[in-house]
Amino acid sequence: MHMLDSMIPAGPLEEKWTRYKGTVKLVNPANKRKLEVIVIGTGLAGSSAAASLGEMGYKVKAFCFQDTPRRAHSIAAQGGINAAKNYQNDGDSVYRLFYDTIKGGDYRAREANVYRLAEVSTHIIDQCVAQGVPFAREYGGLLSNRSFGGTQVQRTFYAAGQTGQQLLIGAYQALERQVALGTVEMFSRHEMVELVIIDGKARGVIVRDLVTGELERHFGHAVLLCSGGYGNVFYLSTNAMGSNVTAAWRAHRNGAYFANPCFTQIHPTCIPVSGDHQSKLTLMSESLRNDGRIWVPKQQGDNRKPNQIPEEERDYYLERRYPAFGNLVPRDVASRAAKERCDAGYGVGSSRQAVYLDYAAAIQRYGKAEVSKHNLGNVSTEVITNLGKEVVKEKYGNLFAMYEKITGENPYEVPMRIYPAVHYTMGGLWVDYELKTTIDGLYALGEANFSDHGANRLGASALMQGLADGYFVIPYTLGNYLADEIRTTPISLDHPAFVEAEKKANDRIQRLMSIQGKQTVESFHKRLGKIIWDQCGMARSEEGLKKAIADVQALKKEFWSDVRIPGEVNAMNPELDKAGRVADFIELGELMCVDALNRNESCGGHFREEFQTSDGEALRDDEQYMYVSAWEYNESGWDLHKEELNYEKVKPSQRSYK
Amino acid sequence: MQHYTMNLNLKVWRQKSGTSTGGFETYSVSNISSEMSFLEMIDVLNERLIKEGGDPIAFDHDCREGICGMCSMVIDGRPHGPWKGTTTCQLHMRAFKDGDTITIEPFRANAFPVIKDLMVSRSAFDRIIQAGGYVSVNTGNAVDGNAIPIEKEKADDAFAAAACIGCGACVAACKNASAMLFLSAKVSHLALLPQGEPERKQRVVSMVAQMDKEGFGSCTNTYACEAECPKEISVLNIARLNREYLNASLSGS
Ligand SMILES: Cc1cc2nc3c(=O)[nH]c(=O)nc-3n(C[C@H](O)[C@H](O)[C@H](O)COP(=O)(O)OP(=O)(O)OC[C@H]3O[C@@H](n4cnc5c(N)ncnc54)[C@H](O)[C@@H]3O)c2cc1C
Ligand code: SF4
Ligand code: FES
Repeated sequence: MHMLDSMIPAGPLEEKWTRYKGTVKLVNPANKRKLEVIVIGTGLAGSSAAASLGEMGYKVKAFCFQDTPRRAHSIAAQGGINAAKNYQNDGDSVYRLFYDTIKGGDYRAREANVYRLAEVSTHIIDQCVAQGVPFAREYGGLLSNRSFGGTQVQRTFYAAGQTGQQLLIGAYQALERQVALGTVEMFSRHEMVELVIIDGKARGVIVRDLVTGELERHFGHAVLLCSGGYGNVFYLSTNAMGSNVTAAWRAHRNGAYFANPCFTQIHPTCIPVSGDHQSKLTLMSESLRNDGRIWVPKQQGDNRKPNQIPEEERDYYLERRYPAFGNLVPRDVASRAAKERCDAGYGVGSSRQAVYLDYAAAIQRYGKAEVSKHNLGNVSTEVITNLGKEVVKEKYGNLFAMYEKITGENPYEVPMRIYPAVHYTMGGLWVDYELKTTIDGLYALGEANFSDHGANRLGASALMQGLADGYFVIPYTLGNYLADEIRTTPISLDHPAFVEAEKKANDRIQRLMSIQGKQTVESFHKRLGKIIWDQCGMARSEEGLKKAIADVQALKKEFWSDVRIPGEVNAMNPELDKAGRVADFIELGELMCVDALNRNESCGGHFREEFQTSDGEALRDDEQYMYVSAWEYNESGWDLHKEELNYEKVKPSQRSYK
Repeated sequence: MQHYTMNLNLKVWRQKSGTSTGGFETYSVSNISSEMSFLEMIDVLNERLIKEGGDPIAFDHDCREGICGMCSMVIDGRPHGPWKGTTTCQLHMRAFKDGDTITIEPFRANAFPVIKDLMVSRSAFDRIIQAGGYVSVNTGNAVDGNAIPIEKEKADDAFAAAACIGCGACVAACKNASAMLFLSAKVSHLALLPQGEPERKQRVVSMVAQMDKEGFGSCTNTYACEAECPKEISVLNIARLNREYLNASLSGS
C-alpha cells in the first residue's frame, strides 16, 4: 500500500484554481491540430468535453453506445442543477455551496476539488443560457430557482422536470456543431471494450461497432472516460438500461485504481417495484420533496386508503425526526428513514415497501396563494383545490403524468407511493486534481470518476459536476499533459500494443460465445442485483458482506460456465454486449463488498449496522477512515491504497440535520 | 386500479439486417401482467426465445422513462402505440386486454433504414442538427445568465419546442415521411430566444436543405405527426418554421 498524491496545487483554497490556471502549461494552436483526443461517452461530461476540446482545436474522436449522442443517460435527469449565483439573495456563495457539498458528502470528499466545483458552477449557468438552454424563468424574465435536499438556500436552476434533457441537448448541439466543423468525429453505436497502453501511457481504445460486430482500433494522445456511473450493478436502478461500468472496468483491469466503490446513492423518492418483471425503476425527482410531505400511518399494517387516514393518525416521520430540514434532509438520511419505517411494519401499499408522498397540503397552500394573488375573495374549497392543482401541474406536471402512466393512479387525488432505489454512484475511477487516473494520459470525468461527492451526493450536483469537468476543468488540465506530447506522432494501429489489446478483447468475446450454457445474461444480472441490494444496499454488515463476497464469487463461476448467448460475433448482438457488461458488473460487485467490509464506519450512503449512534444515525470514524480507498486490481484480488483527506477549511463534525 | 393478466398474440416484424428482406412472425405470450410496461412484455418474450435457442427481437431502448427518444416501435399501426403523448417504453400493458393480437413494426421511412428487426437508423436527425441546430457560442464566451432577460411566455414556448426527444415518431406517422415537426421544433426553440437571433436566417435555410437532402418527404399539413408525437409538440411550430423560412428566403440569406 502507498499513499496517493492528488496533486493539489499549493496556496490558499480560494486561490488554488486561479493559480493553477495561471501557471499551467499551454499548447499552441498549431500543435493542438496535431493532438488527438479520444472521448468515451457523450453524456453531459463527454459532450461538453468533446465540444470544448474541439473548439480549442484538438482532433477529437467521441464514442457512445446509443444511436446518437443526444440519448446519453444524462438526458433523464429531472430536478435541476446547482450554482452559487445567489440570484435569490438568500445568503448563497461559493463558500456555502462548497461547504454544503463537503458536509453533504459526510466529510469524505476532497476540499480542493469541491471548492473548484463551486467556483466554476456559476460559469456553467452562463454557458448554458448562452447556448439557448430554456431554463425556467420568473415573470420579470430572470432565471428561477428552487431548493433541493441538504441545503437551506435556493440555488437550483431547472427546466421543468427535464433539466438533464435541456442541458444535454445544449451540449449535444455544441458537439454537433464541432462535428460539422470537422474537429470532432462522432462514433455512435460503438462500445469501448479495451484500453490500449503503450510505455505506461493510455494511447487508444478498442471499440466494438455494435451494428457490424467488428472490433476497431483508435489512437489518441490521451483518452477521456466519460462513461457514467455503475448503478446498474444492482440490476434495478433508475439508470438507463445500457448504463454500464465496462469502460471504467477495462481501465481498472489495466491498472487504473477504483475509488470508494461502496459509496452508492439510494434515492428516497422512486416508484416502488411492482413485480418480478420489473426491468428498471423510475425516479420521482427530489424536487417533489420541496412541496410534498412524506408520511406513513401511525398504526402498523394500517389497511385503510390513505385519504381515509385522519391527520392525527399520520406520522410525518422526517418532519418529526429532523425538524430543521424536514422533508429536505439529504438523500441518504431520507432513504434510511423510509427503510426504517417499512422494516418496522409501517409501510404502505400491497408490498408494504412504500411510504406516501402527499401533495394535498401543497395543493391547498398554492390554491390559497392564487386566490389572494388574483384577489378572488371568498371562494369554495373546490375552486382553491383546482387553482392549487394548476400550480402543481405547472411545476411538476410531467412527473405527475409519469407517475400516473406507470401506476395507473392519479397523484393529484391520491398520495404517491414511493420507496428508495439505487440512483447514483459516488465511487468511480480515482482521479487527481487534474482528473487524471493512475494511468498517465487517462482521464475520468463526470459520474465515472469519484472526485467530488464524498460518501453522499447532494441533489442537483451531478449535472453541475459533469459540466464543470467537461466545460471548465479538462480544457485546462488536459493541456498540461498534452503540452509534453507535441512531439509524439500518431502511433500506428499495427503497433503490437494495439494488436495485443484487440486480441484480448476478441478472446473474451469468443470465450463468452463458446460457453453456450443454459441461463440467460438477464437472469445472472438479476441474481447479482439481488445479492448486492440485500447486502451492500441501504444497510450493510460484516456478516452480510462476507456472505455476499462468497455468493458473488460463486455467481461469477456459474456465469462463466453456464451463460447462454445467442446470435453471432460478427453481427449486431445485443445479448453479447450485455454479457460483457454483466461480466464486468459481477467483478465490480465483489469489489464493492470488499470496500464496504474494509470501511468499519458508517458515512453518507455507506451504513454499516455495527456503527450507528443510539438514535440510529451514521457513526463516522474520522480517526481511522478519513481517507479515500483506492483499489488496485491484481489477478488474485485487490490491493488497497489510501488518499488521506485533509480538511483545512471545514472542521469535520457529526452531520446533523436536526 | 385492478390488475389482471392476459394472453396475447404478437405479430412482430423480423428482419435479419438492413439488406435482407423482412416479414412478420407470430408469437404467443401468456400470463402477462397489466402492470408490466410494453417493453417488459417484449423482455419476457426475448428471454423465452433465448432459452429456446431462437434469436431475440432487436429493438432500441435505453431510459425507459420516455425521455431519451430511443424506443421506436409502431404498435398496431401507431408509432409508440395507442396512448396519447406516450413513448413505447411508457406504454403499459393495461392498454391491452386478454386475447388481443398486437402488431409490432419498426418506424418506416426511407430516411430511417432498418438495421435489424425493430431497430432503425435515425442518424439523419443528427445531420439536420449539424446543419445549424445550435447557437455558435464557444465555451467561455458567455455573459452572466441574468444579463439576457427573456419574457416568461417566450421562454416557456421555447421550452415546449425544445422538449422534442428526437424519436422520429412524427416521421413514422407521416404518409410522406416528412421530418417537419422535428425540424420545426428545433427552429422554433432557437428562433424564440434572443440567443438564436444572429444565426436565425441562415439556420433555417441550411437545416431545411439538409432535411431535403436526407430524403424526408414534404409536408402536406395532415398533422398526423402532432397526433402521434409523444411530447405533444405542436404543429404551430411548423407554421412558425414556414414563416421563418419565407423571411429568410425573401431577405436572400
Ligand atoms: C433518473 C435520474 C435523474 C437524475 N436527476 C438529476 C438531477 O436532477 N440533478 C443532478 O445533478 N443529477 C441528476 N442525476 C444524476 C445525473 O444525471 C448523472 O450523474 C449524470 O448525468 C451523469 O453524466 P455523465 O456524463 O457522467 O454520464 P452519462 O450521461 O451516463 O453518459 C455516459 C456516456 O457514456 C457512454 N458509454 C458508457 N459506456 C460506454 C462504453 N463502454 N463505450 C462507449 N461509450 C460508453 C454512453 O453512451 C453515454 O454517452 C439523475 C440521474 C438519474 C438516473
Ligand atoms: S417532434 Fe415529437 S415525434 Fe417528432 S422527433 Fe420530436 S418528440 Fe419525436
Ligand atoms: S427508452 Fe427512452 S424514450 Fe423510450
